[in-house]
Parts: sequence; structure tokens; C-alpha cells
Amino acid sequence: MTLELSLNQQPAHARQGSSIGQPLTRRDGFLKVTGAARYAADNHPPGMLYAVLAVSSIARGRVAALDIEAAKAHQGVVEVMTPKNRPALAADPDAKDHPFMFRLDLLQNDQVRYPNQSIAVVIAETLEAATEGAALLSPRYEVLPARVGLDGAESFVPRGVGVGGPAVQHKGDVEAGLKSAKTRIEATYETPAQYHNAMEPHAIVVAWDGDTLSIDTPSQGLAMAQGRIAGLFGIAPENVHIRSPFLGGGFGSKGMISGPQVLGILAARLVGRPVKLVLRREQMYGPVGHRAPTRQTLRMGMDGEGRLTALDHHAKTASSTFDDFFEPAADASHTLYASPAIATSHDAVRLDTGTPLFMRAPGEATGSIALESAIDEAAHACGMDPLEFRLRNYAEVEPMTGKPFSSKALRECYRQAAETFGWASRPLQPRLMRDADGFLTGWGMGTATFPALMFQAEARAVLRADGSGLMETGAQDMGQGAWTAFAQIAADGLGLDIDQVDFRAGSSDLPNAGIAGGSGHTATAGMAIHNAGAAVIARLADLATGNEASPLFGAGNEGVLARGGRLYRRDDESRGESYAEILTRAGLSEIEGHGKGAPDPASQETYAKHAHGAVFAEVKVDPDFGQIRVTRLVGAFAAGRIINPRLVRSQYYGGMIWGVSFALNEEAITDRRSGRIQNANLAEYHVPVNADVPSVEALLVHEDDPHVNALGIKGVGEIGITGTAGAVANAVWHATGVRPRRFPIRIEDLLG
Amino acid sequence: MTKTTIPVHLDINGHHHDLQLEPRVTLLDALRDRLGLTGTKKGCDHGQCGACTVHIDGERVLACLTLAAQVEGRTVTTIEGLAREGEMHPVQAAFLEHDAFQCGYCTPGQIMSAVACIREGHAGSDDEIREYMAGNLCRCGAYPHIVAAIRQAALEVAS
Repeated sequence: MTLELSLNQQPAHARQGSSIGQPLTRRDGFLKVTGAARYAADNHPPGMLYAVLAVSSIARGRVAALDIEAAKAHQGVVEVMTPKNRPALAADPDAKDHPFMFRLDLLQNDQVRYPNQSIAVVIAETLEAATEGAALLSPRYEVLPARVGLDGAESFVPRGVGVGGPAVQHKGDVEAGLKSAKTRIEATYETPAQYHNAMEPHAIVVAWDGDTLSIDTPSQGLAMAQGRIAGLFGIAPENVHIRSPFLGGGFGSKGMISGPQVLGILAARLVGRPVKLVLRREQMYGPVGHRAPTRQTLRMGMDGEGRLTALDHHAKTASSTFDDFFEPAADASHTLYASPAIATSHDAVRLDTGTPLFMRAPGEATGSIALESAIDEAAHACGMDPLEFRLRNYAEVEPMTGKPFSSKALRECYRQAAETFGWASRPLQPRLMRDADGFLTGWGMGTATFPALMFQAEARAVLRADGSGLMETGAQDMGQGAWTAFAQIAADGLGLDIDQVDFRAGSSDLPNAGIAGGSGHTATAGMAIHNAGAAVIARLADLATGNEASPLFGAGNEGVLARGGRLYRRDDESRGESYAEILTRAGLSEIEGHGKGAPDPASQETYAKHAHGAVFAEVKVDPDFGQIRVTRLVGAFAAGRIINPRLVRSQYYGGMIWGVSFALNEEAITDRRSGRIQNANLAEYHVPVNADVPSVEALLVHEDDPHVNALGIKGVGEIGITGTAGAVANAVWHATGVRPRRFPIRIEDLLG
Repeated sequence: MTKTTIPVHLDINGHHHDLQLEPRVTLLDALRDRLGLTGTKKGCDHGQCGACTVHIDGERVLACLTLAAQVEGRTVTTIEGLAREGEMHPVQAAFLEHDAFQCGYCTPGQIMSAVACIREGHAGSDDEIREYMAGNLCRCGAYPHIVAAIRQAALEVAS
């Protein structure tokens, strides 16, 4: 089996010159528009059986009985996997060796701890038989009362929030700052539980061969998934081969391997045949993570000129009863607005839900909509324009730490977006604008920000005697454009035309590319690729500059340039020779180099690193019925060096549409009596459709950052949500005079 | 329960297929699991997301809500049958050019819907495109580029 997928043979991407910064079309685009791109569930090894989960219809209790006989009696059903016959694991699914190891439900007992938890797996010759078999199990339960809602259990202060940051932080004296303020505001906002709902349900196709596993499954972190699976089954990580060339969306829900995916592996073990297990849509509302609900209270004090004297941001959130993930919503107030006193704090409750996890801009999105709403309230309380107020409180250094920013073109973002939007003509008071049809019209804004994170990644580069190159890293493309952007970085790193580079990714057999998450994949794996390219070019230069027969003899590595498949003397570009000539003379068929990507500890210590942006929104509200339409969105973003503007614009649009969705659409509704999710489907869990999305514009603001990494890359995947959600909420206030306090904004809240 | 299958004759992308299927098999599962035509995607299996959109006698239909046996004697076109002799359909080319997708999972359904949307005469303006493409969800949020791609393709198809 060839695990690597190579896309260099696809002719359909536009060639507009190499490479970084060019708006190439997607190298995987031809496969995707013709239906030829192979997602996990599209695989069908010989002899494959179908596995379907049975999931709990209660939130808490135990499974008292399953009608296994009825399921097995159904024609085509091969086996029913329950806690009684589930194959043994080498590790306890409830063990937690480190904070990134999340507890899994793998039929370890008969307990139910959240709705839609797996309680059995039916394996059959056909999907239809497995589905019917699962229905025939007709579970009976012993039910315990469900703990539901942010007031549904006793609250506590978690030991850490997000990836382990402190739950409580402060600088300066917030109470004194509030006391000395001329103007004060206090406001509470609620955000709902949200579910990632990637279009592709979690899926796994598994084949065991002795103690070797061959797996097709979408993963945002192949090496982590490989390690987790190896640990659970007690086999060597190198015996776990995972292919994930395309993810049908991830948004954080495919960052960690989930329980149902492991159950697919167990099912294949049990029956001794390859198995495919795909979650049904409703089964995605539990075991694959979600964005936790929050209730956030902000207090702000301002002096007579509208300068913040204090900023206090408290967030209450929820985790599951059995594991820890705490949405770090209040931390959004650490980085954006200057204040002599800032305090952030969190508390939490434990509810009978699946464990919440990272969901696109975890903490930043929830915190942003509350912070940007409160800033808008504060501006109005001071009688100031919201943009003027934000500029008055512009942070020249990171407010919480006092560190200088590695770069920050936020002023330019404000200027360009405001000008494009036409913000200057906005009346200060709400409810003053109507359109020709009588709809209340409102304009609002928000500031966007997201940290420029880097993780750890490795890449391997090869130059061949025929003059071509190879770059390998187990990178993951969930739609952000990894196949294309990394090939561009690889081409420049190898000094080759992009069509001369064979770029391989999407497999756990390749060097560890880290995770596609935290908007850090392009920077991290990109730097690994860049460094691998530099390493192999250095080897090549050694071969040339040390050989008297080369025109580069004696130039030294530092005196050599790589471009278009040739090395040149830096001081005399008329002297050079091709890679092929150098390798052929040396009698080598190929040479290789390795590179790593990781944050630079020294610059981490010195600088605050964030991408920034500004978003302006126009909404129209029906004055009689309260129906809200977003009619215009303009965003401007500065995120360091842009590898491919065509793909980056798509990322910004996607993020901004998620922001609209946060403000107006999505919410998981839990029944207070049963603890079940009432709208676990794509019709009643609202996400924007095409008709919900207005004219959107995203401006790419130039920003050079010499400190984030050698390539100057920040990250663009998540920032678009931040700022946008608040901008829409603030536009609704400006249209109606009603301040949204809970999200999504409901018609009844506007009709009061 | 005894297993009962029926003969089903399907005409898909110009090819004839004789299958022996249980009556409960949907067109979507027949395409994906029996015929290996996996370009058509399953997003919800409830007719809510549009990822499984195919054409039956030229009209867009949700394959997850259609039984395979229902389409006997009718013409089915899937995403695999859209390109002609390796040449992309103008809608496919426009989606590629306008970056009208990200993860690509909803894309076959979007494209099949878009081809029909143009053919129906519902691509006359951006607002009309948005309305008549509202049955195809895209969680990545590629909508602005989808509208731009359909607008361009509609002009090309007309000319």
C-alpha cells in the first residue's frame, strides 16, 4: 500500500510563478471538484464489514439491558460488541497521563455519562443491516437525574484553563481602577454550547494484519493519533499506519482521536476483518467534543477621556463530569486593550455532557464576542465613536505582560477596513438609520486577534540527480490549503520551480508535522520544510564549493544562492551550475536534509506574538418582526507573511462566516429534564446557509514580522471569527438600541 | 426476518448497472458502497445538508432520501459523470478558479446543485444564486466564492 499521496501530477493548478506569495489555485483542487479526492469513508478494503454505533439516549445512569439476541438475529449482522466481549486494551481509556490525553468511552463498563455516548457496536455485512441491528438493541436504562446548564452544579475554580493557563490572573488594582473611574460599565453575556459539525462525519476504515494497523481516518494530528492508538493497543507506533490526505473539515473536532474511531479499531479486532465505522450526524453531538457554554461578566472603568482605568473579565464555563477542558474565554482580555489594571478569572461546573474541546478559536471566539460587546457599551457610555474609543485604548505593548509586539499592524487594519466600509458617516446614536424598505439599519465593529502559535514539526527534503526535489512531512489538509501552501514553501526552500517538487503529506509514515490547529500549522510545518530545504541545499553547496571542477569552488556556503534548480555565486551570478550537474559529478543519485519547526525560545521570551484585524458589519432588522440579516461585512487582517492570498482570503471568509454564525445562528439546546440535546441535526442546529451570508470582503494588510519565525508567518485560520461576532452584535445594537446579552441573538430579545 | 433482494437496473453516468439490492438501500449507499462511486458524499443522511446531491433525469435530487429502486429506468448523473473526456465542466473549472471550496467535502453536492441551478435559470443574480443554493451547506464558509464561481460559470454556459 502506498501511504503517501502525491499531487505533483495534477495539471490543473494555475501557474503564476513560484512560489511564496503567489495566488496559486489548489493543487488538490482538481481531485476535489471531480469527486476523485478520497476521504476516509471512501475506502473499501476487500472483505470489509460495516460497524454502526448504538448510543445512549440518556445523559446519566447505566445500561441495564440490550437485546443482543434481536440484533444478532437480523440477517447480515455478524457481531455485537458490548462491554462483555470488547477486546482487551493495553491501557485504561480513563487514564490521563498528560493534559492532552482525553478520556475515551470504549465500552469499559455499563455506565452512561453523557447523551450519545457509545454503548454498543453492531457489525454487519451491509450498512443497512448494521444500522437496523443497532436499532434492534432497544436499550433499557437505569436513569439518574442529569446535571444541565451553567447553574446545574456547584461551581469551582479549575486548576488550569485552555491548554493549562492559570484560571485567575491580574495586573494592577482593578477595584481601585474602577473606583477612580469617571464612567463605569458592567455587563453579562451568555454564549451557548456549539458543535463543530464538520461536513464529514468522523469515520474510520481499519484493517489489522497481525499487530500492524492500517487506518484511514481524518486527523488533524497524525503523530498524536498514532501514539494514542499505539498506547491503547500496546503496539509500536510505527506499526500504526494512518492515512489522512483530506479531512472533510475538522475545526478542532479531529485534533485528538475520538472514542468512536477507536471503537472501529476494536470492532475490526473482534471480527478479524476490516471494518468501516462512520458516525451518524446525531452521534457527533457527544463523543467528538464541542465548544463549552459560557457566562461572562465584564466590568470596565474609564477616565474623562475614555481611557480604561480597569478591565475585569470573568467567565463561567462547563466541562464534563469525568474530564477537564475549560474554555479560556476571559483570557481574550489579555492582549487587546491597554489598561493599568486587568483581571481575568474563570470558574466552572461539571455537567452530564461529552467533554468539551478545542473548537475553532477556543476561548478567543467566546471571549471576543463578550469583550467586543462590552467595549462597544463602554464607548457609548463615554459618548465616543467605537473606533475612536478603541484607538484611544490601543495597546502599544501587550497589556497583560508588558512585552512589545513582534509586529502589530492593527492601526492599518482599522484604517483600511473603516475606509472601505464607509464607517465615518455612522451616527453615534442607535436606531437612526433605515433603508428604503423601512428596515432598521445598524453598523458595528469589532477587533480581531489570535495568537501566533508554533508547535513542533519535522520535514525531510531530497534533491535528485535528475534535478527534481522531494519534500515530505505528515501535514494535514482540512481545507486550509496545506497541499498547496506547503508545496509553495517547499519549492522556495529547495530553490526549485513548484512543478519540480514532489510534495508528500497526509500520512503518519512521514515525518511528524505536528498538529493542524491553533492556526499554527503553516508556521510550524512551514518552518520545518524551509529548514529541511536549507539543510539539503547546504549539503549540495558543500559538494560544489569543495570541488575544483565546479564554477562555485571556493565560494563557501554563505556565498551561494539557490534558484530555479541552480546554485549561483552570491557575488557573481554569472557563475553557477545546476543541481543535476553537481549531483551527477559527485556520483550521487540523491541527497537529503532534515529540518525542524519550533518556536524560538528567546523571541518567545521577548515578544508578544499575535495576528490582528478589524471587522465592520452592517445589519438590517425588521422593525416589526425582529428578523436580523447581515448585509455587509468588511474585515482587514494583518497576519505576517501571506503564503497564498487566494487561500488566505478563503480562510478569512470562512472565519468571518463563523463569526456571523456565532452571533446569529448556532446553539445546541439541551432539554433540562432529560439532559438530551434536542437539536442534534443539521436542520435544527443552525449553521449559515448561502442565503444567510452577505457580501463579504477581506482585506489583506501587509505586515513584516522579523521575530515570529524566519518566514514571518503568523496564522489565519481562526482570527476571522474574532471581531466579527462582536461586530454583528454591535451592529444589532446600533440598529435597534437593544444590547444583545445572550447568543445567538434571538428575535424575542429584540422585541423585548 | 429473511433477506429479500430485488433486481435493480441503474443507468449512471451513461453506464448500465444490474444490481441485486435490498429495497431499503438508498441511492446514496448504492452509489458509494455497491458501485464505488464515492464522489457523492454523505453528510447527514437526512436530506438536510445537500452533500449527496445528484441529478436524476437532469434535476437535482438528494440521493440519501431516494431509494435506489426508485430510479430504475431513469438517468442518474453524479459528480464523476460531469467532466467530459477529461475536460472539466465549466462549473467545476469555475469552482477551482474561484477557490469555491476548502475541505472539499460538500463540493460534489455544491457543484451538482450549481449545474442544475444554472440550468433552471436560477443564476440570474447573486441574491438568486444564494437563495437557490441554500440547500447545500458548507461548514468551511466558502459561500462568497461559490456565488462568484456560479456567476462566472452561468455566463460561460450561456455563451
